[in-house]
Amino acid sequence: MAKNIYSKPVLFTILATLTILVGTVVTMFVPMLTAQMHPKLEGLKPYTALQLAGRDVYQSEGCPFCHTQTVRPLKTEVERYGHYSLAGEFYYDRPFLWGTKRTGPDLAREGGKYPDSWQYAHFEDPRAFAPHSIMPSFAWLKKIKLDPAQVETHMKVLGFPYTQADISALAGKTELDALVAYVQTLGTAVTVKAQATVPVTKKMTHVPNPLAGSHEAIERGEKLFEQNCQACHGKEGVGYIGPSLRDKDIFLYVRGNVPDDDYFEIIHNGTHPGGIEDGRTEKGGMPSFADTLSNDEIWSLVAYIRSLQGEK
Amino acid sequence: MSVYKMGDYHYDNQTVRKFIYSSIFWGVLALIAGVWISILFWAPGLNGPGWLTYGRLRSFHVNVMAFGLVLGALIGIFYYITIRLTKRPLLFPKIARFTVYLFNLAIAVGGWGLLMGYTKSLAYNEFEWPASLLIVILWVLMAVVILGTIIKRKEEQMYISLWYIIATVVTLAVIYVVNNLVVPAGLFKSYPVFAGVNGANVEWWYGHNAVGSELTMATLALFYYFLPKSTGLPIYSHRLSIIAFWSLIFAYLWAGAHHLVYTPIPDWIQTVAIAMSIFLIAPSWGSVVNGFYTVREDWGRMRTHYLTKFFILGITFYGIQTVQGPTQALRVVSSLIHYTDWVVGHVHMGAMGWDALVITGAIYYIIPKIYDTEIYSEKIANTHFWLVLTGQIIYSITMWIAGIQEGAMQKAVNPDGTLKYTWDQIVAKDIPYWQFRTLGGVIFVAGMLFFVYNILMTVRKGNALVASKA
Ligand code: HEC
Ligand code: HEC
Ligand code: HEM
Repeated sequence: MAKNIYSKPVLFTILATLTILVGTVVTMFVPMLTAQMHPKLEGLKPYTALQLAGRDVYQSEGCPFCHTQTVRPLKTEVERYGHYSLAGEFYYDRPFLWGTKRTGPDLAREGGKYPDSWQYAHFEDPRAFAPHSIMPSFAWLKKIKLDPAQVETHMKVLGFPYTQADISALAGKTELDALVAYVQTLGTAVTVKAQATVPVTKKMTHVPNPLAGSHEAIERGEKLFEQNCQACHGKEGVGYIGPSLRDKDIFLYVRGNVPDDDYFEIIHNGTHPGGIEDGRTEKGGMPSFADTLSNDEIWSLVAYIRSLQGEK
Repeated sequence: MSVYKMGDYHYDNQTVRKFIYSSIFWGVLALIAGVWISILFWAPGLNGPGWLTYGRLRSFHVNVMAFGLVLGALIGIFYYITIRLTKRPLLFPKIARFTVYLFNLAIAVGGWGLLMGYTKSLAYNEFEWPASLLIVILWVLMAVVILGTIIKRKEEQMYISLWYIIATVVTLAVIYVVNNLVVPAGLFKSYPVFAGVNGANVEWWYGHNAVGSELTMATLALFYYFLPKSTGLPIYSHRLSIIAFWSLIFAYLWAGAHHLVYTPIPDWIQTVAIAMSIFLIAPSWGSVVNGFYTVREDWGRMRTHYLTKFFILGITFYGIQTVQGPTQALRVVSSLIHYTDWVVGHVHMGAMGWDALVITGAIYYIIPKIYDTEIYSEKIANTHFWLVLTGQIIYSITMWIAGIQEGAMQKAVNPDGTLKYTWDQIVAKDIPYWQFRTLGGVIFVAGMLFFVYNILMTVRKGNALVASKA
């Protein structure tokens, strides 16, 4: 039989190598040399020492096996999580932690979604918030202290800016503190921008609830409450991280019933520390639902809350 | 006429055996971890602190499976095939023997590290850098032995299996080295040099082709060698093999970004990957057709030659896998099943249905040959076959249903456009499927234990034979 490449192993190996390199060069190597693979969002900041330590924990404990960090540009996904992910958000991510499986929800927009206290409580006992959750409890991370010197080495390797004060502030902090700090940064570079363009305050003068007493609205409100509010206000509004909603004579820690539209405003606008609602001072921590709920939905929630307070 | 006598292979045969035993050892550990994490899906209270938490055991399962069981078995079987197809002993037998120890050290360090939480978090490449470094050295030494032996061969023509072995050796070398470019930040911590979207593109170029080389090209090398051996029938078409080989290794390297559909990497990279994924049906089915037409000569061998069914069912699942894969790459399909349990079903049909059947079939062939005896029990081998087949089918089908359900529930909206289901409601619906998955897994593992027992007994029989001859 004539000599062919199948009897010339060296030539064969070279040809095979060249064959696999074509796709490699076109789809991986060449793009790497272009700017489109290294975009950076304006306002994106490198991780702080505490956040980086939290990111290391996120890697060690295998969170990416159950949680993704990319919101796809699909309608329902934007509805569930918020703005779809942008290439420029991941500039400082080494490695990227997009994940491959959503056993739990995407976390790309988790930062600022709940107060820190919620995150701590959820990590300690996920099933207190979602009865069917299969997320492991991470209470044990509270017992593991950070090693500031090690975190400093990591900051150096990544070239992130830090001060000596940042490092000494790590002493006494636990892995759970770090994890919460990291989770609270997720997606904030985008959320902050998005919020700045949306007018979040809405004021109204004593409009009655157009849906007051409607059974349909109460039922709808109940469903919306389970989906959006229960995690903080507890089952049927008994109170948890957010206050109880069942006593119509207390609103923002002060006695005295308030009109329906105050309820509307607080759900629509959210609260921030020191803010004033109907003369009462907010402590903060109630998120704004202006982007996620329509006016009708908010009125349904108000109707539902009123029904919890014993009004029919 | 061969220049070498059987005795010349004695030392190399021992190396092959050591690789096979090592890989079985790691495989059993990884299988146990697999069943356990499947239980954690419906009994999350069993999660413990440290290495007892799901996230660490999950990476242990996958990496020890891919590198401990599969890679270990493949290296040993590559040595075995290379010796036979070049008609000579290994060129550097001492180096080959050394790679056994290097291999076990790498898996021990890497696997232990994952349990300690030391991970690179790059899919299918999670071992921290010291273990990866050992694997690179292992791979280079193995390449020297195998390529050296092929260059100094006593048989003019290289048979198809040697092509696939060479392709595996170079592909895995290139992708593994590139995806392991990291900056160490301590003995068991490192950060990759690639960041963000670029890092994602590099990772899935790696990830897809790790599957493409280890679980596809390498397994095809075994398939093309052991199918004719175990049936006594020659491969149907040499020409088809040539076309399938070159188009497969060409196209695979373009397709990685189908794992990144709808992510922020540039659209054109996704589109090219999707197109190439569809093209991949052709070379993949080249081998499927070649396999079926080989046995078409005499389907009776499915009954008379017990190993035939391992390879034929294996290539059948490979065939289904390579239609399912390209379908998954399509944007509209991806939008439904990406990030769901569907993909887990796809993975395990490949791993349990194709790779495990072909690798265990190959080991059934090799061990008796090395001892110059017969398999301890064909009956046990058949029990093994039917158990792993049943287990795999239960596993894949439950995960496909669960995946479609997850995708559909995540997308479901009320008439007014709001989302219909909370995450908790979606998880609640999954629980029965996850329980069925555990059932499938337990049946599969039971089958694998029959396999291990059968091999151990064959070895015992072989050793007794050797002793009686001495
Ligand atoms: C076995 C899978 C699994 C693992 C591992 C896991 N999670 Fe979860 N996670 C879930 C599930 C399921 C939910 C949804 C139910 C719930 O809220 O507990 C969830 C919810 C969450 C939420 C709340 C999301 C929201 O907006 O309501 C956060 C934050 C979170 N996980 C963070 C983490 C972090 C950080 C880790 C790693 C330390 C982790 N998870 C590990 C499954 C997992
Ligand atoms: C991340 C946790 C969180 C979520 C989710 C949340 N809340 Fe709140 N809510 C709070 C906190 C904290 C306060 C107290 C605010 C303050 O002091 O500034 C509050 C206050 C309120 C109040 C004022 C109650 C009072 O009597 O003082 C109402 C009404 C309310 N929330 C309704 C809702 C509704 C309806 C939803 C769902 C659409 C919701 N909240 C979701 C945390 C939350
Ligand atoms: C033509 C051949 C194939 C193509 C085009 C293909 C395509 C795909 C695609 C598109 C995905 C990603 C699905 C998603 O996340 O949405 C995937 C996942 C996967 N496939 Fe295949 N597949 C092929 C064959 C195989 C074979 C033979 C195996 C062998 C076991 C395999 C193993 C895997 C694995 C392990 C994953 C999981 C990746 C992850 O972690 O997300 N595939 N495949």
